[in-house]
Amino acid sequence: MISPAAAYRNLLLFVLPALAVYLVFAVLPLATSIVMSFFQTSGASGRTFVGLANYERLFTHPTISARFWNALLNNIQYFAIHLIVEVPVGLLLAALLTSGKLARSEGIYRTLLFIPATLSVVIVGFVWRLIINPLWGLVGFPLLGTESTALTTISLMSVWQYFGIPMVFLYSALLAVPNELVEAAKIDGASGWTTFWKIKFPLIAPQFGLIAILTYIWTFNGFDLVFALNGSAPGPNYSTDILGTYFYRTFFGSSGQLADLDLGAAVATVIFLTVLLVTAAYFWLIQRRLKSYSV
Amino acid sequence: MSAPDRISDLAIPAARRRQDREPWPVERIIVHALLILFVLLAIGPVLIVIINSLKTTPAIFGGPFDLPTAKTFSLEGYKRVFTRGNFIVNYLNSLIVTVTTIVLTMVLSTLAAFALVEYRVRLASLLGGLFVLGIMLPIRLGTIPLIQMMLAWRLMDTLAALILVYTAMSVPIAVTLMVTYFRTVPTDLKEAARMDGASELRTFWIVLPLVRPGLAAVAALTMLPVWNDLWFPLILAPSRQNQTVTLGVQQFVGQFMNDYPALLAALTLGAVPLVLLFTLFSRQFISGLSKGYSK
Repeated sequence: MISPAAAYRNLLLFVLPALAVYLVFAVLPLATSIVMSFFQTSGASGRTFVGLANYERLFTHPTISARFWNALLNNIQYFAIHLIVEVPVGLLLAALLTSGKLARSEGIYRTLLFIPATLSVVIVGFVWRLIINPLWGLVGFPLLGTESTALTTISLMSVWQYFGIPMVFLYSALLAVPNELVEAAKIDGASGWTTFWKIKFPLIAPQFGLIAILTYIWTFNGFDLVFALNGSAPGPNYSTDILGTYFYRTFFGSSGQLADLDLGAAVATVIFLTVLLVTAAYFWLIQRRLKSYSV
Repeated sequence: MSAPDRISDLAIPAARRRQDREPWPVERIIVHALLILFVLLAIGPVLIVIINSLKTTPAIFGGPFDLPTAKTFSLEGYKRVFTRGNFIVNYLNSLIVTVTTIVLTMVLSTLAAFALVEYRVRLASLLGGLFVLGIMLPIRLGTIPLIQMMLAWRLMDTLAALILVYTAMSVPIAVTLMVTYFRTVPTDLKEAARMDGASELRTFWIVLPLVRPGLAAVAALTMLPVWNDLWFPLILAPSRQNQTVTLGVQQFVGQFMNDYPALLAALTLGAVPLVLLFTLFSRQFISGLSKGYSK
């Protein structure tokens, strides 16, 4: 047996390299961002503590705050479209893949269906812009060029790319449903439909919470597809601006807007809190309840 | 791609195998028809890019959904990508960044996960929890301090900056995933090794072959987000000689807006390696995805 002292020493030695990289390049920058958001950098004279001034500017300055609320609302819509479309599609495909009627082709379907999720957003954005290009005649209407349809269009492109992820989560959960339960239902004369909704579905229900929270985190960190399609001031008229592009513009600057690192840090902190609060609430409230029901 | 492509640790139910021999009932046809529909939706756009990259410009717009014929076939796009673009350098950069990140992540996370499972002191569960939290950590929000760090350490605009950040980004899920694999290693084996006087590092080395499937899952899971990321290459390594494929293609798309054969060729070249790798490792990827996030 290893003595407790030796166990502590070994643990630290083995964990330290991974922990150091993780702390220095992931945790520390985030923490520094939060600290930065309370300061103002002014030329060579260095930093001064300004309290909540950056936040005040973010929430009340006429143009800065208008763009921020716009990006936040767009981001909520971006998330909602992902959730509403991806989950039913993922569930349908996972159910089809595990329906027991596929034999050998199951793996082929699964791999092909996941291919969009392996593409880079540059390709996704380009190919869909090409397909819905009015020149090609599939859609005779500028979906991306119209304020009222642009965000939904981009969201659906992203859904097309990532529907494989909820599919895989639900597929793995369905495969893990004990076969005896399904067989027993069959013997009792239950149809495939009844077996799915009465037996399999309740068992995979916790997955929906996980999918929702991961989709939330990923969409609130969204940037790539919007940037690839519309650049850092995503139009028309900022109608496709989300928090990621707003954040990028704040610290990187864009035409008509100077780069502002301190304000950028405040934006990062607000996004972080938005993600953190919802995630924490989810784990405390929903996950705990789901866990207590599952055997 | 058939038999070995399944998730191996979940057996195929006997009932399912029996069904293979039945004739084609209506239900089975519907399942296949629906899946084929979704597969077409998933890979159709990708095929459009590949097919049109092999055609002349008039043919691309004359019949975007036609296969190339002897008359319309052209490799001009590919030629122009290699003469005007920066593709060889982009590929090398992506390869260096992705492979180094994968290797570093595998080494660091395996060492850490071994210790977290092995030394069951209180600190171990605390550290384990810290890594689990990291899965949810939106690392991009720490970008501003990361820029300042990289500037201070003279790592700005280097591949090393990308590798460090990506390793930090991949380590939490990799550690969490490897912990689940190390849990399955029988204690007897480790005790026997220690009885023979093996050091802790030697014991680690002895059990390592048993967690090989975990290493494959970590590699598969790390590869995609790193290769396809647009955010950090744009910010931490934007210069021409340090661009990764994703950023290179993005800039190429911006520069050669009207040269469709070249654009489509660039997009094809950017996508093909990952799609192929994913097809080969889809089983590891899918089991990694569902195991890693279901914490």
